[in-house]
This record gives sequence, C-alpha cells and structure tokens, in this order.
Amino acid sequence: MIKSQVAIIDIGMGNLQSVKNVCAHLGVSAHIVNTGMHLNDYSHVILPGVGSFSQGMQNLRERDFEMELNHFANESNRFLLGICLGMQLFADVGFEGGRSSGLGLIPGQVKRIESEQLRVPHVGWNDIRIKKETLLIPKQLAGDYYFVHSYTYLPEENDDVLATCEYENEFACAISRDNIYGVQFHPEKSHDLGIAMMRNFLNLGAPTS
Amino acid sequence: MLKKRIIPVLFLKNGLIVRSERFEDFRELGDPLHQLDRLNDWQADELIYIDISREGTHDLKRDDMKVKSMSSTLEILTAISKKCFMPLTFGGRIKNYDDVNNIISHGADKVVINSALHENPALISQIADSFGSQCLVAGIDVRREADVHHLIYNQGNTRSNKSPLEWAMQVQDMGAGEIFINSIDRDGMADGFDIEMIEQIALAVKIPVIACGGAGQVDDFYDVVTKTHASAVAAGNIFNFTESAYVRVKQELYELKLCVKPYRQVNVI
Repeated sequence: MIKSQVAIIDIGMGNLQSVKNVCAHLGVSAHIVNTGMHLNDYSHVILPGVGSFSQGMQNLRERDFEMELNHFANESNRFLLGICLGMQLFADVGFEGGRSSGLGLIPGQVKRIESEQLRVPHVGWNDIRIKKETLLIPKQLAGDYYFVHSYTYLPEENDDVLATCEYENEFACAISRDNIYGVQFHPEKSHDLGIAMMRNFLNLGAPTS
Repeated sequence: MLKKRIIPVLFLKNGLIVRSERFEDFRELGDPLHQLDRLNDWQADELIYIDISREGTHDLKRDDMKVKSMSSTLEILTAISKKCFMPLTFGGRIKNYDDVNNIISHGADKVVINSALHENPALISQIADSFGSQCLVAGIDVRREADVHHLIYNQGNTRSNKSPLEWAMQVQDMGAGEIFINSIDRDGMADGFDIEMIEQIALAVKIPVIACGGAGQVDDFYDVVTKTHASAVAAGNIFNFTESAYVRVKQELYELKLCVKPYRQVNVI
C-alpha cells in the first residue's frame, strides 16, 4: 500500500503528464508543483525533464527550487528521484547550452556523448546492468528501458552508480546517494519494468512488510 | 545494446483508427483506446499516431465502442496518454508552434511533422530550441517514379524540388531529432520496404531514421534491420489488420537473434 505525498516538479520542460499518469496508475495522486515554496509538504519528489542543462538550472532557480532541493541531502525520510535531465541536474557541472553549475547533490559532470560511429541522441530501448542493488532497482528489474538523451552523467564516485548501460561506452544510467536517486532512462515510458521501478520509488520509506 | 525499434503507426480519422492505402483509401478499424490496450499488453516499443482527419471534427459515433464521444484530437490524445506507458509520438495537421505546444502538454513525447516544415522551415529550430531536438520527428514522404525518388508533402499532393536526401540532411542540420521516412508508393501495398532509399538516407544522417511504408510480412522487417542502418521500422496496416502481427514480428526477429527488445519482459510485479 503506497501512502505518500508526491510532488512532480514542473520546470516547464518535458512531459510531466506521463509521470503523473504512471503515479495515478499506481494509485497515487501526484501534485504538479511549479514553485519550491511548498516542497516541504511532500515525502516523495520527482524531478523530470528533457532539454538543456543550463535552461533546466535557470528554470529551477527562477522557480525557487534550488535551495529546497539542496535540503534533501540532509533529510533521511524524504526521497528525491530525478529522471533524464532531472538526474543530470544533480551533477556539479553541466556543459549543455554552455558550462553551468548544477545542484551538486551527487558529485559528477554531465557531458555530451562523443562518437564518430554512433547516432546522437541515444534514442530507444537499451538494457541496463545492475551494479549495486537497492530498493529502487533490485536485480529483478534488469532489462530494457527507454532512453532519449545526448548527454551523460559522469559520476566521480563509483559507489554512487546503481546501474550502467552501454552505448559504445559504458555509462551510468542510474545513480544514488543516500535518499537521492537519478535515472537517465524514462521509467514512465518503459512499460512494466519502469512501472515497477516507479512503484519501488513511491514505496521508499514505507514500513517493509 | 541499443535495440532496433519496431513501431506500430496508427492512423486516426475523425477519432477512429483507420487503414490507409497509398494515402487514399481509408477503412475504419475501430476505437483507439481498445487498440492501445493490446499494444500495451504486447509492450510495443513505441507508438506513433497520425491524425489524418480532413474535416477538423471528431466524433466517436458508434456506441459499440464503449467510449464516450470525444470532441477533439487533444481529448483523444489525453485519453491515450493516460494509458500509454511507452513513448508516444503524435502527428498530422500540425501547423505551428502552438499546435506542438498543445500536443506536448496533452501528453505526447514527440511530434512528427511533415508539410509545415516545408512551408516554414524555421519551425524546425523553433521547436528544437523550445522542446529539445528529441521532441521533433521530421516526417519525409517519398514517392518513387520511374526510378527517381521525389520528395512529396501536403498529404501526397505537392512535389518539392529538393531531393529526399537533401531535405533529410537539412532537417537534421536545423535541429530535427529523428527522421520518419514513408514511401508513398509502397503505403499499404505490403510488398516490402524501399531498402535502397532508406539506407541511402540512414547513411547520410547521424540522427535516428525510422523506416515506414511497405511492410507485409516478417521478412520485410528482417530486411530493414539487417540491410540498413535505420534505427526503427514502423508499419501501420500489418499491425492493425493482421491478428497478433506485432507479437509475431517481435518474436520471430528475436528468435533470429536480431537486436530487438523481446515482445514481453516478464519477471516483475
């Protein structure tokens, strides 16, 4: 039974509705919030988004989310999930749309996929390898997820990497530190595996049965 | 490894799914939400809906469909997106930035646009800048006449003086995220894809190419996957008309050890 107060952060970039739809499918009515003011009311916060890193950070700041999201690092009973650009914004620095500083929640940098051979963006279904089992992504959730991105997260600490994916090179596609989680793929667009992962996120902090 | 996508294309006309043949002959197939249930069960890789209504009004008038009458394309899109846990592309009749904004805010992940990009190429960079390149799939219609490939738009009615290849490179350079190539002369004919033309464009661009037009049997998908650098193979009629065709295509390609996502990933819940 999921009992959580769920917020979806609206930074004006990407398809929020599909994240809200998957929450609804799991029986959770998520609130879309477009200012950081009331973020404290929520136990689970989802930061989705597609688009450029610099624009994403600018929108987060304009809507007063930056400070609020930084508080998450110190809280153990609240959970944050970044999806796609949302995950990338956890980095210290990004290079899309010029160099800009990120939220600095999980040490690392976000850089463009550089390849002569491969098509960029990396679009489609690709399988993930689980490096570190967590409640969010247990071993059973290995499989294909939907990706669409041109930049990847390069984490500083191997220990922050939950799963990797291969597109010419291996890259981190799921990361976490304490109560903060990020995934490069789109669980809300990845059928049953993604829905199961979203359920796991919404159940974080619930008493285990 | 990145999988080759197999994408059902659903044509919507006045709120109903229809079959298309050479862009002209349309037959009603049924209610979009019912189709969606099956495609969800089969864990389709992605869905593309193309609205080909000409009148501009929608009416789900048949009561055997158990769907409330939905008065506009956007309502249909919202209803689809609520149940669509896979990438959702929507196209047809998109004229400008406001149309794109409406479609994205009603739950689509990407838009596929054809004619409006010819009429107003600046729209490409406008969409790419506002929503990201990944959001824009450039639709390219090609008609082969006497062994020459012509670039066609305006629902098959206008011939461009550019070649399909030139246009593909141009939309890429202006910011399109993917290219959807449809062979008009093969639309609904089920006699195979235009492999040569698809490969020529796929080799020339660095963005993903979705090949469409001509799928009639599993071998046709096999050909695109093994003989071209296209990232995805799309088809309409075969998936809508032939019972369980999507599952069959996926299974057979998977068993042939081609790089596709298995049609069903079990193991959870």
